[in-house]
Amino acid sequence: MLDRTLIPESKQVNEINFIAPKKQELDNGIKVFTINAGRQELVRIELVFENVNWTEAHPLQAIAVSHLINNGTKMLTAREIADKVDYYGAFLQTDYGADQSSIKVYTLNKHLEAVLPILWSVLNESIFPQHELDIFKQNQQQSLKVSLQKNDFIARKNFAHAIFGNTAYGSNIEVEDYQAIEREELTGYFSAAYKPENCTIFVAGKFEESEFAILNKTFGKEWSNSTPSAVNVFSFSSSVTGEIFIERPDAIQSAIRMGLRSVNRTHADFPAFQVLNCLLGGYFGSRLMANIREDKGYTYGIGSAIVSMKDAGYFFIATEVGADVCTSALNEIEKEIDLLKTELVPAEELDLVRSYMLGSMLGSLENAFSHADKFKNIYFSGLSYDYYDNYIKTVKSISAEEMMALANKYLNTADFTKVIVGKK
Amino acid sequence: MVDFNRFTLANGLRVLVHEDDTTPMAVLNIVYDVGARDEEEGKTGFAHLFEHLMFGGSVNIPSYDEPLQRVGGENNAFTSNDITNYYITLPATNIETAFWLESDRMLSLAFSEKSLETQRNVVCEEFKQRYLNQPYGDVWLKLRPLAYQKHPYRWATIGQDLAQIENASMEDVKAFFKKHYNPQNAILVVGGNVKTADVKVLAEKWFAPIPSGDKYLRDLPKESVQTVERKETVITNVPLNAFYMAFKMPARRDADYQAYDLLADILSQGQSSRLYNSLLKDQQLFSDIHAYITSSMDEGLFIVEGKLSEGVSMEDAEAAVWVELNKIAGEEVTGTELTKVKNKSESIMVFAEMSLLDKAMNLAYYELLGDASDLNTEIDKYLAVDAVKIQNAAKKTFVREQCSTLYYLISNNA
Repeated sequence: MLDRTLIPESKQVNEINFIAPKKQELDNGIKVFTINAGRQELVRIELVFENVNWTEAHPLQAIAVSHLINNGTKMLTAREIADKVDYYGAFLQTDYGADQSSIKVYTLNKHLEAVLPILWSVLNESIFPQHELDIFKQNQQQSLKVSLQKNDFIARKNFAHAIFGNTAYGSNIEVEDYQAIEREELTGYFSAAYKPENCTIFVAGKFEESEFAILNKTFGKEWSNSTPSAVNVFSFSSSVTGEIFIERPDAIQSAIRMGLRSVNRTHADFPAFQVLNCLLGGYFGSRLMANIREDKGYTYGIGSAIVSMKDAGYFFIATEVGADVCTSALNEIEKEIDLLKTELVPAEELDLVRSYMLGSMLGSLENAFSHADKFKNIYFSGLSYDYYDNYIKTVKSISAEEMMALANKYLNTADFTKVIVGKK
Repeated sequence: MVDFNRFTLANGLRVLVHEDDTTPMAVLNIVYDVGARDEEEGKTGFAHLFEHLMFGGSVNIPSYDEPLQRVGGENNAFTSNDITNYYITLPATNIETAFWLESDRMLSLAFSEKSLETQRNVVCEEFKQRYLNQPYGDVWLKLRPLAYQKHPYRWATIGQDLAQIENASMEDVKAFFKKHYNPQNAILVVGGNVKTADVKVLAEKWFAPIPSGDKYLRDLPKESVQTVERKETVITNVPLNAFYMAFKMPARRDADYQAYDLLADILSQGQSSRLYNSLLKDQQLFSDIHAYITSSMDEGLFIVEGKLSEGVSMEDAEAAVWVELNKIAGEEVTGTELTKVKNKSESIMVFAEMSLLDKAMNLAYYELLGDASDLNTEIDKYLAVDAVKIQNAAKKTFVREQCSTLYYLISNNA
């Protein structure tokens, strides 16, 4: 008779293999990092550009360029660009991040040679037509109006501004900022940022020498843009701490976002802090979830995270809770943080977190794309694969005492910014 | 191409195995053939609430999540109007833990009062967060009962209102479990770094002893053909005027389904699509415009939704949408447009093979539709669609008498 109360035997994850990219250079010096893996005949090519020339006066220029870069070149209209990309079943995606902007193409290998020239044209011949900018401004303002009725959006925006001020990490975009965008800002930014000296290419998928030759033929030549630029570097004045309450009388739930500026991936404590974060609010079984969702039923979800950016990191806890239980939820969050500072984490719980994190790391290396993403993380932090070795070692070996010391070092709630949007 | 092996246990549980040795991970995915359409009126939202209760401990195992996390695994689930799907990903060496957990909760739940109480609250908060506390969040609560009058698709997965969830009793929970959660109503897919022979041994060990239960025979009321245009207007605190048009379209298994999917793509997929270029870019009537299908197992919906640009009247916006719908019903799409959406469909299917979990879920879903091997020939059905089929689909669908439209208007005191 099968005894279903007995747990089957299991093993802790021991070996986690990272695929390091092959490093090459195009004829014009652009670095190309390639993860050549996978069975499918497809590839993702990502061109990443550092954000440059930050100025408070034009907080949206990099974002607007990222949005509009595929909206018209000397030869092609926005529609024609989209038609061509879609015709080959490819996906062209532009992303703006706090530190870098990127343009990615996903394509089946059989269409690579047809698709890359379109991408080249976009990166070299974009003209940012005035009428496309006008449509963008109008629609972004409308979309911002919708977002500004969402409590979690308001909380996120105010929290970022409180801890990062008027930098690219915290700038508090208003409807008027969209109205103020001028076409010249965009052409100027485009010419300063989207150039070979500021570009790194990451490739993932099936990518042999023949594919590299196609890439080099298209992107290894001279580009049009060459305006000098300065890569963004941010320093921050002190955060606005304490409670920021934004009342929304009709709210049936309140959004809570709290936390503080912290270390980023380059700091020696970062991996250990990730273990602490995981235990507090980084997975389904975390203390915040166990208490505030699974025990009290105050929320559909609550979580915490540490985010690493180039010039800073930050820690935050975020949730949306019933308006009637907002104060109780805040108290419970505070209680959970206090516990970490005053009581040692039981060995059984810490072991669980270790196993979960190792399994999660293993599972996050699913395919060529995820291996490339792992590499980008360390590359842009100026780290090597030693970072991941150290991360795994830390997860396996960190002690309860070290966790308590970290909680006292990094989770000082007196320094927190606490944004509450809704009712309390 | 997603290869698989298939066998059925004596109790009726269908098992599929997809071997993929490029990953150290494994996936265990179970789809139960039950969704919100199987609920009773007055007890809606139950399939989804039940999904939450499946994590509240089973008959021999007090905690579901903890032992799984302890072996490096993660899990989640989702409920739709048609199905309830549960999945686990974990290091392949620990796959037996997944069998142990999944089989015990198919055998029986713990039926703990505490868990029911908590999950009622959690689901009510989910209801508020996703459907009530944000602009346009309640669209499906209002559009479904407008478009459907008889079929249980007239309620959303989350349920008709908070009260029905608050009133769910332990008796309801037990009855629902008995009716739907048994081997005959489930399909198990195991994928990743596993061997079929080993999966067979584990399936026999953990799932074969579960009694087969009674087969649930679905007999849902059929929707009558809609003959009169339906309209409903909500005047509320939204930032922009908007509308949602819902047309009926064939069920997922219908031979013409792929033509409707491509029709939606031509109208609305990406920045080369018709609605985006004509209505948002050229005429600037909308700041947001989309067309898509619900891919439902019974008669589904073809949706066109838009948020109006400031200063544009509802009449002008709606008329412009009808011009586009009449155009695609009135003349064949071009060869280039057709090639484009077919190429796109092909890409999407190949890219979906990058993810082990997606492969496992797709196998389970296609097996439920009839045969998992159809997953590998699905693209041929798309490639076989021609311009005439798309035009016919448009002609049949875009008829005013069969349209249900929900309008959101900005309230003056906002």
